[in-house]
Amino acid sequence: MPALEATTPAIRKTALNAVHRQMGAKMVEFNGWDMPVEYPSSGGIVAEHMAVRTGVGIFDVSHMGDIRLAGSGALAAVQHVSMNDAARLAIGQAQYSALLYSQGTFVDDVIVHRLGEDEFLLVINAGTREKDFQWVSENTRQFRCAVEHQSDDFTQIAIQGPKAVHLLQKLTDADLSALKFYWVTRGLVCGLKNILIARTGYTGEDGFEIYIPADAATSARVWKQILEAGKEFGVVCCGLGARNTLRLEAKLPLYGHEISDAINVWEAGLDRFVKMEKPEFVGRAALDKARATGVKRTLVGLEMVERGIARDGYKVLDEGGKEIGYVTSGSPAPFLKRNIALAYVPPAFSEVGSKVKVEVRGQGIGAQVVPTPFYKRPKKS
Amino acid sequence: MPYPTDLKYTKEHEWIKVDGNAATVGITDYAQESLGDIVFVDLPKPGSEITAGKTFGTVESVKAVSDLYAPASGTVTEINGELATAPEKINKAANTTWMVKLTIKSPAELNALLSSADYEKFVSEEAGH
Repeated sequence: MPALEATTPAIRKTALNAVHRQMGAKMVEFNGWDMPVEYPSSGGIVAEHMAVRTGVGIFDVSHMGDIRLAGSGALAAVQHVSMNDAARLAIGQAQYSALLYSQGTFVDDVIVHRLGEDEFLLVINAGTREKDFQWVSENTRQFRCAVEHQSDDFTQIAIQGPKAVHLLQKLTDADLSALKFYWVTRGLVCGLKNILIARTGYTGEDGFEIYIPADAATSARVWKQILEAGKEFGVVCCGLGARNTLRLEAKLPLYGHEISDAINVWEAGLDRFVKMEKPEFVGRAALDKARATGVKRTLVGLEMVERGIARDGYKVLDEGGKEIGYVTSGSPAPFLKRNIALAYVPPAFSEVGSKVKVEVRGQGIGAQVVPTPFYKRPKKS
Repeated sequence: MPYPTDLKYTKEHEWIKVDGNAATVGITDYAQESLGDIVFVDLPKPGSEITAGKTFGTVESVKAVSDLYAPASGTVTEINGELATAPEKINKAANTTWMVKLTIKSPAELNALLSSADYEKFVSEEAGH
């Protein structure tokens, strides 16, 4: 087994870095950040994953970035740079969307939160912070709005799982039962005033993301208070390992994998988040054209039917062994207990039940196209 | 002592237990802990020849794929069939969960391997950077 890679010197740390290390988390470099990948004290990735599916887990997601747009032209600016329809958002509502290049491919995927009539918060990916901010700044110059890079202002903690609501309710005066999925509110959290609470996440479960001040002492205090309050619900700390397997089961895209500057919206199958009835947004013209042409590849869910695990970047072959595509994300699925993957293949192979192979260490291992998302959380009773 | 003194170790984190010409091979506690939840083990068929320092199989955790390196050259006589359905046994007891049994070709090769104390020193240095 090869030695683990050493970390680079320029690596960035969240305000909770020391807390993760004290708790014995295994740390890895992710998009330039020193982040916990799993906590042996929580039982590791599988235990963390299961806690989020059946109870509650918490994640430090402070590496995510934030861009605030405010001013009388903020809605018009957001409409111009994002593919979903932000005009449909009520104040306090959020939506999944994406920033596109003029060729219809992805700058990044984002969650757009409408905080006020003329105030929006875009939550962006860690690895694309600077690129996104620059792109949004450049493309919104013609609008009357201020664009502010707030990525370093917040410690962002995700509280995820069916019991997340009960945990967080103990720590806030905001009425969480009145907060619907993909809505945001503000309230007192762990004694901190006016904290942004979003009912959002990246796990396929119900859950919340809170945005607290980024100083280390406050961040550590809140983290520990959440763990203390969550004891009765069996809360565990979760790392990026479980975050990845959870989002994969739920088929939530990851920048650099399912979406990138070389993949367009139609290929990624994100049709329902692009509003072509909007008269104008960056990338619209190219998408219109691409829709008429049709796609050459499409994102599908695969399940291994033979013994083997598909991994990111592995080749997808037809039954005769000819290369037809590639795996964007592949892993054992801890809750489903199957080996699953997302992959780009030609449309001819995209029907559920289509048989393909995944090349694992030089050998074609049988797989088939299955319906996605692989996992869908049960409806509230 | 997490690394029993009757085993020899590779810098790639395998152990070998030798009894005359027969040997058993597994991975170390450090290896299982670095990998995390082990979900898959790919081993050579009995009768295969393996070569010291070369890969002879693969172990996969939820998050990572890692090659297995042969501590010694020889012929595989048996593989631990239990690991096909219960690979997590390695996480629970790395030191005693063997992967393959070998007939070793050249006992002199074993002199190049690390003792328990040397291996422990090696991993503490590796973990420290």
